[in-house]
Amino acid sequence: MSVLAAADQPTLEDFGTDVWWIVLIKIVGIFGVLVLMTLFAIVFERKVVARMQQRIGPNRVGPRGYLQSLADGLKLAFKEDIMPALADKPVYFLAPVIATIPAFLAFSVIPLGPTVSIFGERTPLQLIDSPIGVLIVLACSAMGVYGIVLGGWASGSTYPLLGSLRSAAQMISYEIAMGLSIVAVFLYAGSMSTSEIVAAQADGTQLSFFGLEFTGPSWFAVLLPVSFVIYVIAVVGETNRAPFDLPEAESELVGGFHTEYSSLKFALFFLAEYINIVTVSALAATLFLGGWRAPWPISIWDGANTGWWPLLWFFAKVVVALFVFVWLRGTLPRLRYDQFMRFGWKVLVPVGLVWILVVATLRAVARETDLDAGQVAVFVGVPIALVLLGGLLLASRMRNRDTRVAAREAAAGGPAPAGPQVLDPRGRDRAPGGYPVPPMDLVVPPSPRLRSRESVGAGTVVGTGRRSSSTTPEETDDV
Amino acid sequence: MNVLMAAAADTEVVIGTGETIVFWVLGPVALAGALGMVLSRNAVHSALWLVLTMLSLGVFYVVQEAPFLGAAQIIVYTGAIMILFLFVLMLVGRESSDSVVETLRGQRVAALVLGIGFAGLVGAGIARATEDLPVAGLAAVQGTEGGAAAGNVEAIAGVLYGRFVLAFEVTGALLIVAAVGALLLTHTEREPGAGRSQKERSRARFLTDRPQTLPGPGVYARANSVAAPGRLPDGGLAPSSFATGIEPQRVDELPRTGSTGAEREGLPHAGGTDAALGTIGGDSTGPVPGSGEGAPR
Repeated sequence: MSVLAAADQPTLEDFGTDVWWIVLIKIVGIFGVLVLMTLFAIVFERKVVARMQQRIGPNRVGPRGYLQSLADGLKLAFKEDIMPALADKPVYFLAPVIATIPAFLAFSVIPLGPTVSIFGERTPLQLIDSPIGVLIVLACSAMGVYGIVLGGWASGSTYPLLGSLRSAAQMISYEIAMGLSIVAVFLYAGSMSTSEIVAAQADGTQLSFFGLEFTGPSWFAVLLPVSFVIYVIAVVGETNRAPFDLPEAESELVGGFHTEYSSLKFALFFLAEYINIVTVSALAATLFLGGWRAPWPISIWDGANTGWWPLLWFFAKVVVALFVFVWLRGTLPRLRYDQFMRFGWKVLVPVGLVWILVVATLRAVARETDLDAGQVAVFVGVPIALVLLGGLLLASRMRNRDTRVAAREAAAGGPAPAGPQVLDPRGRDRAPGGYPVPPMDLVVPPSPRLRSRESVGAGTVVGTGRRSSSTTPEETDDV
Repeated sequence: MNVLMAAAADTEVVIGTGETIVFWVLGPVALAGALGMVLSRNAVHSALWLVLTMLSLGVFYVVQEAPFLGAAQIIVYTGAIMILFLFVLMLVGRESSDSVVETLRGQRVAALVLGIGFAGLVGAGIARATEDLPVAGLAAVQGTEGGAAAGNVEAIAGVLYGRFVLAFEVTGALLIVAAVGALLLTHTEREPGAGRSQKERSRARFLTDRPQTLPGPGVYARANSVAAPGRLPDGGLAPSSFATGIEPQRVDELPRTGSTGAEREGLPHAGGTDAALGTIGGDSTGPVPGSGEGAPR
């Protein structure tokens, strides 16, 4: 794959030639960025989820509460470190370390920017790259599973063991889906190196559509939408995040694999989880969202992809991906375990395999007909995708037809539809559908705190818990 | 070995300082992992030692110009297969340490002697076979990234999908047959339609007189046993909360005044603090204890 980008685009030959102090700066920089991103991500998540739940969120420590996670981290470090009596001590001690080290390691192959000048040295903003760059991230996430699995096992307690068993099965299953989704990117970019994948997303294909010249999309999220969707779903499972947070499901397993952990060991697990989120977000940006390259309206400006500016675009993309993680957590309930595994194995993996077949076919067609891959994708892939989406839409409407008809009739005030679902009322507290309902003539007794002795009758809104100004006239003389 | 190789082929292959350091650091580590795997009593510890060895091997591959092989080693063997091992071992239980009792007399000595002999044979055989082979180095064979033959990934792909494509596909078919066979053997056949879906079960439950769950056992200040029955609002025992196969037992109550349902039922009103400390299980089927005899109020 030829590198279409400008001189600032690093190639594989640019790596491994840095001076030692540049390497040291990069290592310390990545470490600092990851720790800072963790601190930021925790506050960000709490604030965004709070907004989604109509709360304010942390707002006490630091300016607008942004130092809350720092305070929590410091507090965590001074907590008592508990070693359970039944714990397998060496493994219990090692597990959080095993979880954390690969999490840091994985970020070393993420390209943060083009070649820049650090104290006069020209060097790419990436610690290391290799022909197998993305596989290093996969290998690190495979190693990270050990931390969770061993932590649960070594705790010597039931809930952590259940959590670690769950996470072992879950992370292996979703790693397969994740790997399959990335294969299509490898096929398109012609490389497994992260910097070359970014380079492959530099320029869109020049398309001529009935004499109309325009530049096609270059991001793999647009060119390979199925891969992108599978990747996004799979990494949520891979990082044990809601709605796939079954290894640490609070309502089922207390805390899951880290139930017995406290103090710094627990902090390490926490750190590893958030670094993993940041890493998969960064990998999503690298593989599918153009990496450090500026998004379209900004990329018109020539200087957008040079110097230190790309750092800004890159981290903006990462924060957007983080927001999606938080959004999912704030929106979706947790899946049941069997449904979750069925979804991974029976939906994600087969769809990924079929998609690889499609992409490989398109590549082969492009090679045979001597067309550009982007042209084939647009002229063959887009119509097929439209037909497929239309078919799916029709199928789903056909399937939900009964429900829609019933809903329309119910909305029009018609009688309840006849069918097996309509049951005779059994007892006076049953609605026509057979489901128990509260009595419609319920009279709520008057609250003793209310001055006025009027009872709140049926049909009145009893109270929403929100204090509005309309109820204050009665309350003011109480004070 | 490394030094020997370097001496034998010092004209073609130069082994860098970094590679030498990595070898002498990770070689003992890999060996320690192998020994630890054999010697540790706990099965999970054995698996962990094996993980250490496999990781070291993966790094060796990377150092010796085969990065793809190294990544595959770490992802597939260390990541997936060993996790599956651990999965099974954890299901077996953490108390499953090896017994130190010898069941066969002299088994350990025999195993030691035979093992050393086997290792010596294999090692000597390999050493003899590779003694006079010219050392080319992987970089010379597969080329480096950006060269004429471009690197490890392409070299492996060429060999795998070119020269050994038949073996590759046969192996793949074998693995699929094995997986399908395992599924077939462990699969329990059920009549289609025999199992009811969650929706059907939910609907059926709402058609009964009890759409909600059965009441749990009573949880009182002095008893949370499953044998302690739950109470109805009027103080009576809830028959639907009786545990299957366990005789329901009365729970000692704190002294209580007022005309509650419990009092109407004649439940014990133990007097005094000490008497009130009784627990469940004294007499389960007998008459309700207490009722005033010898317990001044």
